[in-house]
Amino acid sequence: MPNVGKSVPRVDAMDKVTGRAKYTDDRCDPHALVARVVRSTIAHGYVKSVDISQAEKIPGVVRIVTCFDVPDIKFPTAGHPWSVEEAHQDVADRRLLNRHVRYVGDDVAAVVAENEVAAAQAARAIRVEYEPLPFVLDPIEAMQPGAPVLHKEYPDNVLKHTSIRQGDYQTAIQEPGLICVDKWYEVPTVQHCHIENFICYAYGEGDRIVIVSSTQIPHIVRRTVGQALGLPWGKVRIIKPYIGGGFGNKQDTLYEPLCAYLSLQVGGRQVKLDVPREDTFVSNRVRHAEKIHIISWVRPDGTYAARKLEMYSNQGAYASHGHSIVAKGMGAFPQMYPCPNIEADSYTVYTNRSVAGAMRGYGIPQAMFAFESHTEDVCRRLGLDSLAFRHKNIMPKGYVDGFSKNENYFDSFNQCMDKAVAETDYVRKHAAYAHQTGEVRRGIGIAPFWYNTAVWPISLEHSSCRMVLNQDGSIQLQVAETEIGQGADTAYAQMAADVVGLAYYTDVHVQSCQDTDVTPFGLGAYASRQTYTAGFAIRQTGLILRDKILDYASEMTRMPKYNLDLMDGEIVRTTDGRVLLKLADLATEAFYSLTHSVHITAESTYQTKSNAYSFGCCVAEVEVDIPLCKVKVTDLLNIHDCGKLINPALAEAQVHGGMSMGIGYALSEQLLFDPKTGRALNNNLLDYKLSTTMDHPHLRAMFIENYEPTSAFGTKALGEPPTCPVAPAIRNAILNATGVEVDSLPMNPHVLYRRFCQEGLIADPWTKEG
Amino acid sequence: MEQQYKQVNFNLNGKDVSCVVDIRCSLTDMLRNQFGCTSVKKGCEVGECGACTVLIDKEAFNSCIYLAVWAEGKHILTLEGLLGPNGELSDIQQAFIDEAAVQCGFCTPGFILTGYEILETGKLYTDDELRKLLSGHLCRCTGYENILKAVKKVMYQRLGKTPEEA
Repeated sequence: MPNVGKSVPRVDAMDKVTGRAKYTDDRCDPHALVARVVRSTIAHGYVKSVDISQAEKIPGVVRIVTCFDVPDIKFPTAGHPWSVEEAHQDVADRRLLNRHVRYVGDDVAAVVAENEVAAAQAARAIRVEYEPLPFVLDPIEAMQPGAPVLHKEYPDNVLKHTSIRQGDYQTAIQEPGLICVDKWYEVPTVQHCHIENFICYAYGEGDRIVIVSSTQIPHIVRRTVGQALGLPWGKVRIIKPYIGGGFGNKQDTLYEPLCAYLSLQVGGRQVKLDVPREDTFVSNRVRHAEKIHIISWVRPDGTYAARKLEMYSNQGAYASHGHSIVAKGMGAFPQMYPCPNIEADSYTVYTNRSVAGAMRGYGIPQAMFAFESHTEDVCRRLGLDSLAFRHKNIMPKGYVDGFSKNENYFDSFNQCMDKAVAETDYVRKHAAYAHQTGEVRRGIGIAPFWYNTAVWPISLEHSSCRMVLNQDGSIQLQVAETEIGQGADTAYAQMAADVVGLAYYTDVHVQSCQDTDVTPFGLGAYASRQTYTAGFAIRQTGLILRDKILDYASEMTRMPKYNLDLMDGEIVRTTDGRVLLKLADLATEAFYSLTHSVHITAESTYQTKSNAYSFGCCVAEVEVDIPLCKVKVTDLLNIHDCGKLINPALAEAQVHGGMSMGIGYALSEQLLFDPKTGRALNNNLLDYKLSTTMDHPHLRAMFIENYEPTSAFGTKALGEPPTCPVAPAIRNAILNATGVEVDSLPMNPHVLYRRFCQEGLIADPWTKEG
Repeated sequence: MEQQYKQVNFNLNGKDVSCVVDIRCSLTDMLRNQFGCTSVKKGCEVGECGACTVLIDKEAFNSCIYLAVWAEGKHILTLEGLLGPNGELSDIQQAFIDEAAVQCGFCTPGFILTGYEILETGKLYTDDELRKLLSGHLCRCTGYENILKAVKKVMYQRLGKTPEEA
């Protein structure tokens, strides 16, 4: 009986609905020492001195270290696989604590104390003297001559600039009769807001350091801690329990190296570093804010003659994932609407703001907002039907990307859009809403999105899997593609049960808590790679295990292996369908046989050298209250072609979550920075507007299940894609309702007020023109 | 100097208990550190996210902004207390499993307890009312969709109705 394709309950659901699931803090000794980080209060400058004399006197303080004490080692933090080629290694630009501080919130000193109160009091009592320097918050300003320089190795603050050149843009734009649409779009800084803040604790064991951490990438963190502390990587052990969400923030090395260092400073005693919510906003990672410029040269028949793209990505103070993010967004540009003549440039620029890293979508939510807003704007300028334009120009079936070798096997874009249009009555509504008057107007908008699965060929892709047969015929399963809430462990259990030939997915015990000493090496949870990448290793290893089981069955039954099969936990003779043996009996025999005892296990690594497109679209329907400048989303539908669904109910739930994040990105979320000081202004869950139950319509998720031919189970990316198309779909719905192009996020009342005034929809009582 | 520690006597999940706490200690910390109630989660510690929700005399509170010493004489229910005598799941816990309302699980205990509070009223609420009643909790994984579905399902179950009849 197949397990794959069924909406079975999660393997971890029982632990989570009873509260017995153990997250990092639940495993930490309540008497562990507590660490607090002292943070820079200026946006840019040098620490001249740190006075710890008053802080040291506070009862309970055990140890204080400052930026003058830590080793002079710079290390990278990005959750990328290490590259053995130096040119492809991540940028190492920060120390455990920094004397050259580059943003408000930078790490200057750390206190270790017996309890939280003493740690907090001591952190407040530390006096830091700074030599302030000018600072810059905007990426385009930071690129100008004379701008403050954050890292001397990058005198123009440009961490990286890459380009795409196709055909001859300059010649192509000379073609007579072209219409030029030239626009800028802007997206803000937002934060992941997983409900469990980042937390870790560290302790010494033998001559090694153990770190229990809320991370998506235990094996990568092992390496970065080794690099940061100058330790052999084998001396670092990372344990990852259940984690309360990550969304990319925890696809980065956060405070594991500092926590390990602090533990080593106090003789390996257990030290806990629990980041408060306010610091999670500022001193973890954020999604890159971007300014995006698109120039399209269009023929009156609605085809592109030439296109130009410039993207400016705000990196903040340190490199983290750096340029990979905007580069991914740029990479989608020539693929989504193929055009013979393209000039594209992307710049990742250091600024004195919070550090940007990976966040659900990895550069694609930013890109899709600009690209799909622009598609709508082009059609509006030309008087074209935007849906027909998309059908005509979007990546056709059979398209192959030269670099990744990804192929659009099934005309996914058009299939998804067709379904979305049919489900929402889009065509009729879009026409009916086009010319409304009155204060409250309705609108409908569509946006397709481009995405791909995992990181090959940009970077290494592989997965290792271990399966162990138990005495009762159940198996243990380990892979390093971590469960972070998305439901990966359940999908793995379903896959493994089918490949090995077990009756139920509950016969597979997935080791959810990862330990770099125990779990086979693997890269972790990111790039929507888990089911695709781990799927290969699970299938390959499952076949090895099954083969070994059938060898043993052949021995026990004296039947040739080619006449045996393992189905639903039973050894079946294929020639007559008779059940010869239960797997449970075989397993017990294999363990305890006095003639041939063997522990049946399998372990293998599969290196993935393919990638898969994962496309879809979103349709949003809105109600815009023009005088109040408020938008209410009344219907939201995402359609995904993510291949074959392993667990439809969990897939649908994943999509809901991504859509929710998309609603926040569209309408309410932004981390604001004070232009006068560089300080974050709303780094808490009250002032940072995360959407609540009240801000959502009923969320609808649907799928087109084209079996992905490159995949071990026909599946491909779904974790990140749902977030990507929501903001442009809502934006295009607002355009349909009001005729106003809103070109920046979030589309909150502040922004809509300005735009509605500019377009004459409302009279601004504060200006004469009114 | 004022005394820093105080004994608190209260009822936790049906059992009378007492302990000595620092008077500055939050109810969250007391329940986690002294009673091992790991279902009480810390997401913000300032009453914004709802992850630390417990029922105090049948009413949902953010335990992170409730002093431990205020628990004196109160009946406190945490998620651990919802299980039956033989570890059976309550209807609302089961519904969270069946409706795929659980993802990372960190907001789950709080949501279930507020859901339980809503259900205990025995009232029939509209979708909009349910959304408002649950709005004190933040979740980043689920878009709230299946959480609402789970609460609604049990509401109808308990009232012996179907959504069509309502």
